[in-house]
Amino acid sequence: METSIDNNLITRSENILERVITSAKIRDAVKGIKRIKRSHRQIRAENVFRKTIVIVALLMVVLVLGIMLTLVLQSILSIKTTGLAYLWGKTWDPVQDIFGAYPFLLGTLLTSFLALFISIPFSFAVAIFLGEYYPKGWLPNLLKNTVELIAAVPSVIYGFWGLAVLVPIVRSLETKINVAPIGLGIFTSSLILAVMIIPYAASLGQSMIKMVPANLKEAAYSLGATRWEVIRSVILPYTKSGLFAGVLLSLGRALGETMAVTMVIGNTSLIPKSIFAPGNTMASVIANEFTEADHPVYLSALIELGLVLFLVTVVINMIGKRLTKKFTN
Amino acid sequence: MESTIVKAIDYNAYFGDNHVVKNVNIEIPRNSVVAVMGPSGCGKTTFLRGINRMHELIPGATAKGKILLNGEDVMEMHPIFVRLKIGMVFQRPNPFPNLSIYDNVIAGYKLNGIKLPKAEKDKIVELSLSRVALWNEVKDSLTKKGSFLSGGQQQRLCIARAVAMEPEVLLFDEPTSALDPISTSTVEELFHELKKNYTLIIVTHNMQQAARVSDKTAFFYLGELVEYDETKQMFTNPTDIRTQNYITGRFS
Repeated sequence: METSIDNNLITRSENILERVITSAKIRDAVKGIKRIKRSHRQIRAENVFRKTIVIVALLMVVLVLGIMLTLVLQSILSIKTTGLAYLWGKTWDPVQDIFGAYPFLLGTLLTSFLALFISIPFSFAVAIFLGEYYPKGWLPNLLKNTVELIAAVPSVIYGFWGLAVLVPIVRSLETKINVAPIGLGIFTSSLILAVMIIPYAASLGQSMIKMVPANLKEAAYSLGATRWEVIRSVILPYTKSGLFAGVLLSLGRALGETMAVTMVIGNTSLIPKSIFAPGNTMASVIANEFTEADHPVYLSALIELGLVLFLVTVVINMIGKRLTKKFTN
Repeated sequence: MESTIVKAIDYNAYFGDNHVVKNVNIEIPRNSVVAVMGPSGCGKTTFLRGINRMHELIPGATAKGKILLNGEDVMEMHPIFVRLKIGMVFQRPNPFPNLSIYDNVIAGYKLNGIKLPKAEKDKIVELSLSRVALWNEVKDSLTKKGSFLSGGQQQRLCIARAVAMEPEVLLFDEPTSALDPISTSTVEELFHELKKNYTLIIVTHNMQQAARVSDKTAFFYLGELVEYDETKQMFTNPTDIRTQNYITGRFS
């Protein structure tokens, strides 16, 4: 009795198998014909598409190289006139054709690093808050969108806000600590910059912190670590190069920021005597004086300033990219 | 000394509205190896993570009931103290990749900000690594990174890290599921040694492993503790039909 059932089963399953095979064969054959018909058209479209993509991609490279080349070519006159002394010359006097970029180099580095120093606690706090403490929910979403919005606000608006709000505040602060109450200057610019660059370190840091493997955090928790101890001993060491890369991206942004800084820095070509003194950054000088450059050497000197700024930001960005890559691998 | 070290009373665990551990009552004898087995999703890992309050680290996870450690309810204690007394080893070996082998073993002390003299640290490291039969293999490379070891060695390093804190209970969450057969048997042999000093609760997907290493076995199914008995009794003469079906491989 049992064997007959088994035999029955076997023949039935063989039948089913055969049917499956035949239908599969037919389906394959039909598909094959269709595929051949389609493929000619596809290959042509594919070639056109690929060429377009390559051309567009190359165009980008050419564009950036072109910008750099323009900067170099237009700077030649100034480089010939002033030479390397351009970088450490302390006087910038266009009327007498004396071009020393040192005050602006100093102004750029001072505002940028001061801004970085002010912004780091905030951007790291945001990164840890969003990456570890509250990755989900309405509050973190609100915070995340707000921080992203900070990066989207046009910088001229920050300039206005700086003039209207920060300058009076800084001025009263300066009165209290007995320095010339100008309000405009390096410190005010750094405050504005600090706000503007928070999103860069915060969003990169946040995504790096989210990438810390859960099993490492659990290992620390299982050993009796508190949340703060997990952050300090597991998350921060694990993400340090990523966090550093975020800081470098912020720095790159701060170095090149023009509009907001130009509006609140005070615009003088003198070497700033303290962080409360007015000054200029490389970007703000270019923005301010470009329309006034009435003779070729002056114009060329301003363009050389752009070249220096370009090189500094390129180097900073490259280091940042490399560190990010090293970290994600 | 009382013979029961861990006792769960009407323990329930939830993920949001999802009731994953249902009314579990169990007594774990001191210095024994208890295996917790059951099909995937039966709540065995969640129960294990409930014992040292790791369960509630997951957002939305809650628990009800009591878990007594030496008669004291861990649900009333601060989770940090619970985890110092109840160590844990995870499914995948997870040594801290940025720390050396030496620092991995004493990571618990470092994390908790406990400063020890060098001689004492050396002693803890040697003792802990010896307890997991790793000392002879790594004593010349203590300064190398933990991730430099093989998978099985990494898992033993993680056990050493838990042992170094001198806990009373060690929880193992499928400790050998990511290891090759040879490393698996090394770790299994360790269980016999470790139970002299600690109480071991081992979640396993592997019935043979439960039969090999444990004194008592608990069988979880759909969040319930179906049966809990001496391992021998359980595998030869289970009382519940569901246990019987599971052991005979009717479902898994």
